Amino acid sequence: MKRPLNVARAPHRRLTPAQKRGLSVGLATGLYGISFGALAVVAGLSVWQAWALSLLMFTGGSQFAFIGVVGGGGALGAAAAAASLVGVRNAVYGVTANAMLRPQGWRKILAAHVTIDESIAVASASEDPAEERRGFWAAGLAVFVLWNLFTLVGAMGGNALGDPKAWGLDGAAVAAFLGLLWPRLKARDPIVVAVVAALVTVLVAPFVPPGIPIILAAVLSVLITVAQRRRNAP
Amino acid sequence: MSLWIWILISCAIAFGTKFVGYLLPERWLENQWVLPLSQGVTVGLLASLVAVTTFVDGQELRLDARVVALLAAAVALRFKAPYLAVVVIGAVAAALARLAGL
Repeated sequence: MKRPLNVARAPHRRLTPAQKRGLSVGLATGLYGISFGALAVVAGLSVWQAWALSLLMFTGGSQFAFIGVVGGGGALGAAAAAASLVGVRNAVYGVTANAMLRPQGWRKILAAHVTIDESIAVASASEDPAEERRGFWAAGLAVFVLWNLFTLVGAMGGNALGDPKAWGLDGAAVAAFLGLLWPRLKARDPIVVAVVAALVTVLVAPFVPPGIPIILAAVLSVLITVAQRRRNAP
Repeated sequence: MSLWIWILISCAIAFGTKFVGYLLPERWLENQWVLPLSQGVTVGLLASLVAVTTFVDGQELRLDARVVALLAAAVALRFKAPYLAVVVIGAVAAALARLAGL
């Protein structure tokens, strides 16, 4: 349908590139909520409990860890510990996001809640601060809304939709993260960081709980960046 | 009932973990190391996320349809495809590879 001309109210604003990226990531990730909701109910949670995790915990890796332990018959304390460990990387994200966005007052609380892989990835793929901010909020809020919506869909009978893998959604996640990384690989130094981080992740993944490889990769990235900066300093 | 309590405890820890970074004083953020380090960490985190979503399943390494998605996305990026197209190409590549039995 054609948009009527001369709409008097809000001026027509196009989405910026960061906002478009944020919404795309939000859709790709949000759809995964179906599998979380379905699996949570299979693990023994009620629909409300599954939704509470998406609403209040809102960090996918930790949520999957929690229901994984519960579903596997593990102690509830162990489920909480696993979820918390997987979430440690969010502390690193919090520092990054705070440095980029400098939110004030109540926005700090909202920003913290939507501080996740996707919002940080989209924000830091942008070049200027205004776009960083727009990308962060677009991705964070889009994922939040869709992740919660699709968690409910999944919990209330998403098994009928089947495995999201059959729809290639895991491939979408791969492409989404690669697309965010790609523009940053223009110089030798970041390429070295990326290669080492990816290698370490794959090498340690079989031996440590989920969520830990990413933390090790982050720590190594810091060390390499320090070395690179020392070397490049005049 | 105790499942509800543990859910709420875990959620509180998750939020606290995210929030702690926002409590650092601005003065620390002005430090000349913050920007290069946060850029370096971002590249490392993104690369790690790519590796996890491509090769890792729980605690197992696996070569499956996701590798095809990675290659397809890389080709699309090489030819400067727009971001959303890259994501869709990744999904289609994985779905087709899986249909083909990968």
